[in-house]
Amino acid sequence: MGNVLIIAQIQDGEVKKATNSTVTFATEVASHIGGTYSILALGDDLSGQSEALAALGAQKVFLAQADGLDNALAERWAPIIEKVVVDGAFQMVVSPASSTGKDVLPRLAARLGAGMASEVVQVAFNDGKLNYTRPMYAGNVNGTVVIDTPIEILTIRPTEFEAFSPTGASPVEKIDVPQAPEILGKIEFLGFEKAESTRPDLAEAGVVVSGGRGLKSGENFKLIEDLADLLGGAVGATRAAVDAGYIHNDFQVGQTGKIVAPDLYFAVGLSGALQHVAGMKSSKVIVAINKDEEAPIFQVSDYGVVADLFKALPELLEEIKKVAK
Amino acid sequence: MKILVTMKRVADPDNANKVKISGDATQVTSEGLEWKPNPFDEYGVEAALRILEDGVGSGKLRGEVVVVTIGPEEVTQQIRQCLAMGADRGILVSGDDDKLDAMIVARTMAKLVEKEQPDLVIMGKQAVDGDSNQASQMLAEILGWPQATFAGHVEAPEDLSSLTVTREVDGGAAKVKVAFPAVLSVDLRIVTPTGVNNNVATGKDYQEGPRYASLRGIMKAKKKPIDKLTLDDLGVDQTLQVRTVSFTQPAARSAGVILETVQELVQKLQDEAKVL
Repeated sequence: MGNVLIIAQIQDGEVKKATNSTVTFATEVASHIGGTYSILALGDDLSGQSEALAALGAQKVFLAQADGLDNALAERWAPIIEKVVVDGAFQMVVSPASSTGKDVLPRLAARLGAGMASEVVQVAFNDGKLNYTRPMYAGNVNGTVVIDTPIEILTIRPTEFEAFSPTGASPVEKIDVPQAPEILGKIEFLGFEKAESTRPDLAEAGVVVSGGRGLKSGENFKLIEDLADLLGGAVGATRAAVDAGYIHNDFQVGQTGKIVAPDLYFAVGLSGALQHVAGMKSSKVIVAINKDEEAPIFQVSDYGVVADLFKALPELLEEIKKVAK
Repeated sequence: MKILVTMKRVADPDNANKVKISGDATQVTSEGLEWKPNPFDEYGVEAALRILEDGVGSGKLRGEVVVVTIGPEEVTQQIRQCLAMGADRGILVSGDDDKLDAMIVARTMAKLVEKEQPDLVIMGKQAVDGDSNQASQMLAEILGWPQATFAGHVEAPEDLSSLTVTREVDGGAAKVKVAFPAVLSVDLRIVTPTGVNNNVATGKDYQEGPRYASLRGIMKAKKKPIDKLTLDDLGVDQTLQVRTVSFTQPAARSAGVILETVQELVQKLQDEAKVL
C-alpha cells in the first residue's frame, strides 16, 4: 500500500487540467499497490480553488495558504511539502511536469533523501516494485526506472494521462504553514511577467498550430495566429523560430520546451527536428505543410501538403471558413 | 569571483534517433555518434564567461571559471573544448554513467563545492540524453543555497554582488534576485545576444549562441590544467536511489499520406480524421 500526495498545479487562479491527469496517474498507482491519494495546493489564497480541488476524489485536500506562496519559490515550497509528507506518512509525491514541478520537486527530493523520476509517461508493477517509463534522448528511447528509497518523488507528463473527471467532495484541511525559512533572505522574488495571450494554454489546447524557421520573420507568425484563432487553438513554435527571435520561448514546443498532445497539430514551415518532434509526437492527428518534400516532419505526420506556406496558409484559412459555414 | 560550471558529455543530440539499445535492453549505445558537450552546459560556460568578462568577447575575466565533469577519461576532450572557449581550468571526476543518478551527481558537486569554495555554480537545466532536469535543484538543497533555475537572462551589478535572474516558466517569466553563493541553471535564451548583462561588458551585443573557440584559445587550452579525481577521493556516497532497469524503443509514428491540395486536406480532416 502506498499513499500518494499530489501537488496541484494552479495558474492564473485556475486548477489546471494537468492536476486532473496527475490524479489519473495516482489512481493507476493505487490499482497496482492499493492506498489512497491526497492533494496539496499552495498559494496566497486558495478559497477560489478549494471546491475544484475537493472534486478530484482525493482522500483529503490540504491547503497551504500564506503570503508569497503564489510566487512558488522552491526554497519556500519544499519545506512545506516536506512537512505534509512527513506528518501524513506519504510514500509518494507527484506533480505535473510543469515548470514549478520541475523546479521544486528535485529540491524536495534532496530534502527527503528520496529518489526521483522525471516526466513519467507510464506506470506498471513488476517484481514487487512500481516501474516508471520515461522518455530519454529526446523521446528516442524509453527508460524504465525503479526508485529504491522509502519515499518516491515523481513528475508526470500530463499529456500521457487522461484528465480525471470531477466527482464527489473531499474533506479540505487548511494546514499550519511553517515559518519562512532563513534561506529566503538569500532569494527575493521581484515579479512575474505574464506572456499575454488570449488563446488557450498551449499545454491544454485541442488544436495547436506551430511555425518554424520557414515563417522567415516574427511578423509572418500572424499567419500561424490566424489559423490558430480560426480553430480556437494555441500557437506553438520550434526552437529554431525561438532562436531566430520570431516568438517568445514560452511558445516553444519540444524536448526542452512544452510537451503537447492536441487532437490536431499543424506543423507549418518546420523541418521536424528530433528536438521538436519529441514535444508533439503524441498528438492525435498531425498535419505538415512544408515546401521541402524531403523534410523529416512528413515522416511523422498523418497528412502532408508539399507547398509554399505563404500560399497554402491563406488558402487553408479560406477553405476551413467555407466548411465551417 | 569563482564560478564552477558543470559539463556532461552527450552523444550528438542532432542524431539522437541513431542511438541503439543493447540486445539485453540494459544499455543505450551511441556507437558512431560524436560526443559533444551537453548543449545546455555549453550555454552555462558561455554564461559564466559573459558574467565575468570585462568587455564583450574580451576573454579577460574578473574571476575564475572552472569546468567540472563526471565521466570517463575521454571527456578530457570536451573539457578542453570548454577551456578553449575561455574557461580557466577543469576538473574530471572519473565515473560511469550507469552508476550515477541525479542525486549522486549533486552529492559529487557538493563535495567539489566544499573543496573549491565557488561563489556560483552554473549548470545546464538538463542533459539532453537523460532529460531529467534535477541535479542543480538537488545541489542547491544539499548546500542550503538559493536556486535560480531555467535562467533565460541574468543581470549582475558591476561589483558582482548579486544576480538578477529572469526565469523561463509556464505562462511567462519570473524574476528573482539571488545573493551569493547560489546555484543557477540555464535555459536556451541565456545565449541570445543580450542574455547576460554584467554592466561592464556593455556597448556591444554578444553573438547568438555559445562562442566558437579561436585558434589561440585552442592552443592555450592545451596548457590549462585539468585535475583528475575519483568519487572515492571526494568521499561521495555512491548509493543509487534510482535505477534504470531497461530501455525500449518507443513505438514510431508511421508516415501518412501526402495530399496534392489544401482542399483535399480540409476534406480529409473533416471526413476521415473528423477533427474539423
